[in-house]
Amino acid sequence: MRYLPHTPEDIARMLRVIGAPSVEALFAHIPETLRAERPLDLGPALDEASLLAHLAELAARGRASGAEGSLSFLGGGLTPHHVPTAVDALLQRAEWYTSYTPYQPEISQGTLQAVFEFQTLVAELFGLAIANASMYDGASATAEAILMARRITGRTHAVISSGLHPHYLETAETYLSGLHPHAEQVFGAAQLDGTRGQTDPATVEAAIVAAGDGGVCCVVVQTPNYFGVVEDLAPLAEVAHRHGALLVAVTTEPVAFGALQPPGALGADIACGEGIGLASGPSLGGPGVGLFAARAEHTRSMPGRLVGETVDRDGQRGYVLTLATREQHIRREKATSNICTNQGLCALAFTIHACLLGRRGLAELAALNLAKAEYAKGLLSSLRGFSLCYSGPTFNEFALRVRGGNAAHAVDTLAGDGLFAGVALACAPDTLLVAVTEKHRKEDIERLARSLDKVCP
Amino acid sequence: MSDHPNRPAKPIATRQLLHPSPPIFEQGSPGRTGASLPPLDVPAIDPKAHFGALARSEPPGLPEVSEVEVTRHFTRLSRWNYAIDIGLYPLGSCTMKYNPKVNERVARMPGFAGLHPAQPVSTLQGALAVMWKLERLLCEISGFARATLQPAAGAHGELAGLMMIRAYHQDRGRHPTKVLIPDSAHGTNPASCTLNGFQIVPIKTGADGLLDIDSLRAAADGDTAAVMMTNPSTLGLFEERLADAAEIIHRAGGLVYMDGANLNALLGKVRPGASGVDVMHINLHKTFTTPHGGGGPGSGPVGVTAALEPFLPTPTVEKDPGVDGAYRLLFNRPKSVGRLRSFFGNFGMHVRAYTYIREMGGPGLTQATEMAVLNANYLRSRLKDAYPLAYERPSMHEVVFTDKRLKRETGVQTLDVAKRLMDYGYHPPTIYFPLPAVTGGAGALMIEPTETETPETLDAFADAMLSIADEARTEPETVKTAPHQTAIRRLDETRAARHPRLRWTRQ
Amino acid sequence: MASDDYPDDLRYTKEHEWARVDGTRATIGITRFAVDALGDITQVDLPKEGEAVVKDAVFGTVESVKAVSDLFAPCTGKVVKVNDPLGDSPEYVNEDCYDEGWMVIVELSKPEELDGLMTAAQYEEYLKEQE
Repeated sequence: MRYLPHTPEDIARMLRVIGAPSVEALFAHIPETLRAERPLDLGPALDEASLLAHLAELAARGRASGAEGSLSFLGGGLTPHHVPTAVDALLQRAEWYTSYTPYQPEISQGTLQAVFEFQTLVAELFGLAIANASMYDGASATAEAILMARRITGRTHAVISSGLHPHYLETAETYLSGLHPHAEQVFGAAQLDGTRGQTDPATVEAAIVAAGDGGVCCVVVQTPNYFGVVEDLAPLAEVAHRHGALLVAVTTEPVAFGALQPPGALGADIACGEGIGLASGPSLGGPGVGLFAARAEHTRSMPGRLVGETVDRDGQRGYVLTLATREQHIRREKATSNICTNQGLCALAFTIHACLLGRRGLAELAALNLAKAEYAKGLLSSLRGFSLCYSGPTFNEFALRVRGGNAAHAVDTLAGDGLFAGVALACAPDTLLVAVTEKHRKEDIERLARSLDKVCP
Repeated sequence: MSDHPNRPAKPIATRQLLHPSPPIFEQGSPGRTGASLPPLDVPAIDPKAHFGALARSEPPGLPEVSEVEVTRHFTRLSRWNYAIDIGLYPLGSCTMKYNPKVNERVARMPGFAGLHPAQPVSTLQGALAVMWKLERLLCEISGFARATLQPAAGAHGELAGLMMIRAYHQDRGRHPTKVLIPDSAHGTNPASCTLNGFQIVPIKTGADGLLDIDSLRAAADGDTAAVMMTNPSTLGLFEERLADAAEIIHRAGGLVYMDGANLNALLGKVRPGASGVDVMHINLHKTFTTPHGGGGPGSGPVGVTAALEPFLPTPTVEKDPGVDGAYRLLFNRPKSVGRLRSFFGNFGMHVRAYTYIREMGGPGLTQATEMAVLNANYLRSRLKDAYPLAYERPSMHEVVFTDKRLKRETGVQTLDVAKRLMDYGYHPPTIYFPLPAVTGGAGALMIEPTETETPETLDAFADAMLSIADEARTEPETVKTAPHQTAIRRLDETRAARHPRLRWTRQ
Repeated sequence: MASDDYPDDLRYTKEHEWARVDGTRATIGITRFAVDALGDITQVDLPKEGEAVVKDAVFGTVESVKAVSDLFAPCTGKVVKVNDPLGDSPEYVNEDCYDEGWMVIVELSKPEELDGLMTAAQYEEYLKEQE
């Protein structure tokens, strides 16, 4: 066994030092009744070549939308971008991926400084003062944002825009299911304007009023929302703040903030979301990387790890995990969150890509996405079988209504040819979400239009 | 003892040509970029005109650097990290074993890495097969009926497990409010309870280091939802009274949650699901070699007995009854606790863990546990005279030493020993944990060598620990001011906390 | 233990808070022993002016880099003044726990409670017993 170095002679010598007659004797104190009744049956152990062949066979059973020969317009909460080769090449340095959480700062400055830079980038993208070292994903980050708003305001209710990704809503409901009062009693919904597809401030206000006096801790709005429409956060922030609630801005597409005003500039108090589209391949949606930023006055209410700058005893600049008294390993049941392990390596990949893009690159990337999506939007909405669901502004994703009402049929039919036309919504069977990015050439978009026209004439 | 080579150890860590790399925001030049973007082949749209007031007025403050600068920066930074591939990483309860290279290759296969979660299920069959097979392997290893692969880390698994426990009770019309937790538990255990609205009842560790069964009996009643036990405990001791504890809790109507952080001690030896445990999370990033990545991503599947299956998070992967050899995602689970994150879990970690388990097989994993326990006990034998044990009971995969003797005789403390170990070229063990070992002002060193370390490495590490104990007597100041060989020295954590500087700004 | 570690004009609690009585008001802080045990203090969380405190109940927390400790009120009453500079400069507690490092001033509603607290001599005796 190549990962187990012990020779029989090694084992004999070690047992002599220990003073045990056999390896089995080291387990003698485990009561007989608790012992496994039989050896593990896990199939034959595989050598590396057989292992690779077996896994390659499994991988070939599917058809990856991100592999060569496929053309994908899938988004719906995870919009894959082209990730430069340098990102994964750097990630594969063992000093990054085989290190632990940086609890010993003297020999973990690489990870600590990279997290410090990640925190800075996320804060810059969202236009807020501070960001943490990452959460599991955008959905759990959103749930944690609501919990944080509860801590800050001392209130229990939350108003959630109908434009929030359904997985995020479900996750928030699960996270709050054990707290009092229960999630089903504390979530009010704000509706989208039926024409423009943006969250209607009047329904936000109505939901806040319906929750009763002073009960709402936050208003949660995704931008661009689940249907691709860019939200105007400022009036929503105004309503929330007028009622003493925070505005939580959520995004599943941080690239949008290369072109759009950041949530912090529009009044958001907390911003969170998913960053995996810039960090790595989609990998069936996991691991992701939860982004989480907030205003400076809320620092001590933040969940998750924070890295701060300091100096060593020689006055040299360095970085440490800080404000750890918020966290579970110190405050235990009174911690701001139970999170321990986060998504360090994905956060690093996000950081490397963001640095490669830089100030200009991000703006150019955003402009490319916008232009290609607008081209696709014009083309697809002119087809006989398709029309735009909403007239509000979009970034790189938009919702189409499918004539005949069966978006899933169109998607499934085209997937056989390796064309993934978009996400057929479970919550609205006649709706197709199409994401268009820098990865799509003009002829790819035109192929999509021809193919959709064929299956839904 | 002539059975191990007695080599006087020396501080060997040296600085090679190591470059500081200032924050990337202080590098580069305006107008420079490391981006490689495709040409615009459709009509241009000006974002400012398109979005009007919603357009970004000032671009975000990202750095302006070339790919070469980015590559150098992150390569240089990486060299300021310790890592498993550099040497022994004996952090107790973290199971820092070798991360096989083949795992990384498999996880990057386009047929896995390129899968979008919203693809039609017919195109996801390979991935669903991996998830289904991994669930079966984990159940075989742990003795449970079913498992969810959705949680992203151990603490996320705790959250899921406690939610299932709550749902189980509610399904029976019960609303118990208490969870009993030994004082040796990881901090995530009580924090996860709070998120579930449970009250925590701490159970004291007995004088022998094991769970005090009388305290447990006294605390267990009809209001008890569960006990949360770590086994082996964070003291590295097998909870020999697990069966009694399970009986007490079950009789009171509660369930047994086992924190599986230390499962590496039990592979092929104990199947918790068949030994009275109802729910257990498994850290794929500990026992099953998925890399820690400097703090994640992890993966924390949760195994449950058949009685808890209805409450598993949605969706689950099932065999498709309609098509032979096909799999489907089951969303319609009326009693499910719901969803804990987007999509289906950290699939990239599932692929790696599946690869590792298939390479090892049952006998291989059993041998891994045996060698992990052998390695821990070997270090125990070599070090217990200089560093008295927290508890004298048999050790499993990790061993907890104290600084009692050293501190009394020399004034040198655990933190100093930990920092001095760096000069000898090692990552320090977990320190000042678990809590029962640090009462009365003692410091604890919790050492988990794992099975992938050679006896030569263990000997060299033991020699270093003994040498530090000698230094504490002959030159205590050297130890107290360590590390000396690292490129950066002890950092001012007080300053960082008093005046937090959590992001780069131009000064 | 030097006696100026525990000034004679203060009264002490077993939880290591002190109170300095001035008419119907008491100034409250933590003792040198508490400060030494905590190490470098990084954060002090105190109630707001106007809030009530209850004898033996938690009225705030002090934090060091790796620990959080509750503050227990030595007396019952209403907070009339808070040492706001501690927000930015928690180090005052380390540097001068009886003067610049005071925490709150309370308008006493049960002044007789103070009689139950320890004198400096009794507190030093108590600390010796705890060793």
